Amino acid sequence: MKVDRRSFLSFVIGGAAGTALSPLPWKLMDDSSIWSQMWPWTPVPPDGEVVYENSTCSLCPGGCGISVRKVDNRAVKIEGRPGHPVNDGSICILGLSGLQMLYGPTRIKSPMKRIGERGEGKWQKISWDEAIAILTEKLTDIRDKGEAHTVAAIAGSDSGTVPALIRRFMTAYGSPNFMRSPSQRDVDELAVKALFGGDGRTGFDVENADYILSFGSGFVDGWGSPVRMFKAASLWKEKNITVVQVEPRLSNSAAKATRWVPLNPGTEADLALGIAAVLVDENMLDTRAVSGLGSWKNDLLAAYATEKVSQTTGVAAGVIVDLAKGFAGANRPLALCGRGKGLVSGSLRETAAVYLLNALSGNINREGGMWAMPEADYIQWPDVATDNLASAGLVQPRLDGAGTGKYADARYLTNRLADSVNGGGPYPMQALLVAGANPCHDLPDTQRVRAAFARIPFIVSFSSFQDETAAMADLLMPDHVYLERYEDVPIGAGLAQQMIGLSKPVVSPQFNTRHLGEVLIATAMAMGGSIANAFPWDDYETCLEETLAEKWDSLMETGVWVQADTEPVADTFQLAGMDAPAVQAEGDVNSFPLLLVPYDAIQLTSGYVGEAPFMIKAVADTVIKGTDGFIEVNPQTARAAGLAEGERARLTTPRGEAQVCVHLFEGIQPGVLAMVRGLGHTAYDGHLAGKGVNINELIGPVEDPSTGFDAAWGIRAKLAKA
Amino acid sequence: MKHEQTHGTPMKYGMAIDLDKCTGCGACMVACMAENNIPFKEDESEKLVSITWMRIFKLSNGKSFPDLDICYLPRPCQHCEGHGGHSPCVSVCPATATDYSQETGIVSQIVTRCFGCRYCMGACPYHARYFNWWDPVWPDGMEKYLSPNVSPRMRGVVEKCSFCYHRYQLAKNKAYLNGGRRVPEEAYQTACTQACPAGAIVFGDLNNPEHQVHQIVKPDPDNGNRSRNDRAFRLLERTGTNTKVYYLSSREWVRRAGDNYLAHEKTGQVAKLHH
Repeated sequence: MKVDRRSFLSFVIGGAAGTALSPLPWKLMDDSSIWSQMWPWTPVPPDGEVVYENSTCSLCPGGCGISVRKVDNRAVKIEGRPGHPVNDGSICILGLSGLQMLYGPTRIKSPMKRIGERGEGKWQKISWDEAIAILTEKLTDIRDKGEAHTVAAIAGSDSGTVPALIRRFMTAYGSPNFMRSPSQRDVDELAVKALFGGDGRTGFDVENADYILSFGSGFVDGWGSPVRMFKAASLWKEKNITVVQVEPRLSNSAAKATRWVPLNPGTEADLALGIAAVLVDENMLDTRAVSGLGSWKNDLLAAYATEKVSQTTGVAAGVIVDLAKGFAGANRPLALCGRGKGLVSGSLRETAAVYLLNALSGNINREGGMWAMPEADYIQWPDVATDNLASAGLVQPRLDGAGTGKYADARYLTNRLADSVNGGGPYPMQALLVAGANPCHDLPDTQRVRAAFARIPFIVSFSSFQDETAAMADLLMPDHVYLERYEDVPIGAGLAQQMIGLSKPVVSPQFNTRHLGEVLIATAMAMGGSIANAFPWDDYETCLEETLAEKWDSLMETGVWVQADTEPVADTFQLAGMDAPAVQAEGDVNSFPLLLVPYDAIQLTSGYVGEAPFMIKAVADTVIKGTDGFIEVNPQTARAAGLAEGERARLTTPRGEAQVCVHLFEGIQPGVLAMVRGLGHTAYDGHLAGKGVNINELIGPVEDPSTGFDAAWGIRAKLAKA
Repeated sequence: MKHEQTHGTPMKYGMAIDLDKCTGCGACMVACMAENNIPFKEDESEKLVSITWMRIFKLSNGKSFPDLDICYLPRPCQHCEGHGGHSPCVSVCPATATDYSQETGIVSQIVTRCFGCRYCMGACPYHARYFNWWDPVWPDGMEKYLSPNVSPRMRGVVEKCSFCYHRYQLAKNKAYLNGGRRVPEEAYQTACTQACPAGAIVFGDLNNPEHQVHQIVKPDPDNGNRSRNDRAFRLLERTGTNTKVYYLSSREWVRRAGDNYLAHEKTGQVAKLHH
């Protein structure tokens, strides 16, 4: 057929008219406008059946009950569990962010072995059988050489069945070197032993107290069991109770207190003893609970005359007398200590001095008072029958020196680990197992810690996350996260009750991870002999169920077990520890005219788990801006250094230097600088890594000579324009 | 007004936030982010473009050491009623993407209608509205925790606090199924209220004398819904936005920070309106 001009034009025009009349262009236009809004990469969360599963949060020692909302098999939201004795439906910012940790890309997704240089980040995925074989072979090698004691383990805590299994493994293997991450719990346990003569911890009945004197304890900054303390702080407001916060910086806790008493940093013990002296002097005592006051009264009065204490602390004499009168005048006054969240072991003198105030007001082991709580004792396993190799290892001294000589009373001196490995210890460390702890970020003087890690020939990390310590490891054996596993969570954290929470798997394991308890049992089986015999359980769940015995059923049902009556460690308070030496800040005043103090913020975890993106999003732009970290400086100090708001500066301490930004803050004493704890990660991903400065790069441990614990509360520093 | 199903008196959902109790911990912010599928970027320190339906502001009394005092103020959408539902944002929206509900008093935001002109952001005196400059991207695996109750938003639209409206819908359905006509107080609570560890937020129906929020606020309908509680104030109350988020503080300087007062004006003093 021949196409002429006329028919061609008819065809084109007719076709165009036909198309225009058809729905096609309108359909296309409609489609494109829908398409332009319904981006396929904007996820559409699938719907499904909604259920709530109860469990216990173990991201911090607080022990809150949680209720996880699930849609089909996905966990979509973590909420506080209503009616739970710790948090009754409320929840903190960390607990709320748990799902970002569960599903986040910084999980370690399978066991791995290092194939590149250490810290280079080159890994090879291996099977669990291979991982356990590598660990078994390495540990057997060391043990066969008679060097079982050169293996160490660091755990985040020492209570509960999982840490108990690690300790049991170490005992059966033949090493005395089980350690836990430092915290105020260290000095608290030692103080309970010295003051009450038994093993235990303190508990504070904050809900029923009617006067609070807090020596820097961040009661709304994460101290104790955080949600419980938030609730208590609101209760204090409702009851119109006087709350005094003593600390050099206007923290959120100080802002919530009825009265903020700033003092010279590091002089908290002096103020506490000064108040005690006023109580003695004015005879405002209730000595029922204290033994051996007698001659000690005169010593106290001589050493802590109000005028003298006023000079040391910078607190006016009138204020000291006022605080003493307020404290003595209350029915159930309560003094708290442990700075911020209580992340540093702390000073014995300060702890004993503050506990003395509670004792002098007669507020011991009663409603609204301080309780000497015995240790939880539900883990009753038969003693380990050690073989000769293990027995020989166990009599060796600990690498950190705890438990012997001048450190006889300390259980763990994890702060001394780096120096020990770097040449100060009795023998070199051959292998290190790390679980639930991130020492390469969290221990003071991280440079030295990293140097120590570089010297350890074999490091195993059980971390669920790609943290700084895992980056230094040779073998990664990732644990489930708390939402994927069973675990008992004994709740200490300043509660005046004995409680155990139960973590249950809310979702099935997301990756090829394995419960640490299972890994320990499997490794013990693979090692055979007396080590295998020490682990008579088929699996961790059996171990847990047998251990919890009659508590198991109620824990499965209600998720928490509360002991009805607790017999305190002792009712009499012995005078001890108050004459221990004060701990000074490291550095020379002439070359370092300023003082740098760390502070804790509830938006940062300041612990083993790295901050989730949600938490970092809630951090103010005067703490992190871009990747810059800020320090708080009194405008007067900043002026002297020629620095303005937001300006970059070089901060130097005897331990290191860093570039920081300046945030002018009138809530801090001139001459003092404050930096938040917990930032400056080098591991994890771009949502966390590289933001701010890790204060542990700038501060080192300062040993309390009476205990060996790190009691550093600050370090001398200088600040210059960058 | 349009046909809206109302049963008896309309509800007027609102909040009372006790600033004496608020600790600035940020649990409300994160509870909101988790509840409402709010995205995040690697850098969230540029707060002007950081999407936070609930945001905490830090107030200061401006004094020097050691007389400085600080206070935190959580700011959700204030759900302005204005006069008869003429809230600042609703009045300017050309797409009817935001509306004032006479049934609940909630200012809605229908993201699929919004075409991103951002007039509402200019109109809002509280910076409660946020624009999506980028498409949301969840790191690998994290999209698993997204809730089906709230659609993730795409690039180019404005979003804001909805008083967890999806929770209201769920509670309403449940109430109907149970044969009830009204949503009980405890059945509808926002995510921030539920999470707040200090118990600083009280949420409920300001019209219902049985609700705690009503008892705290004691709104005075003859006086532009001003609170009859001496501790209470609203943000920029004198502009007539008639917000439904009331703040409580025992500190005068905090109450004064809630509005722009001239030096001679007393805190809480209402400027004479010239009609």
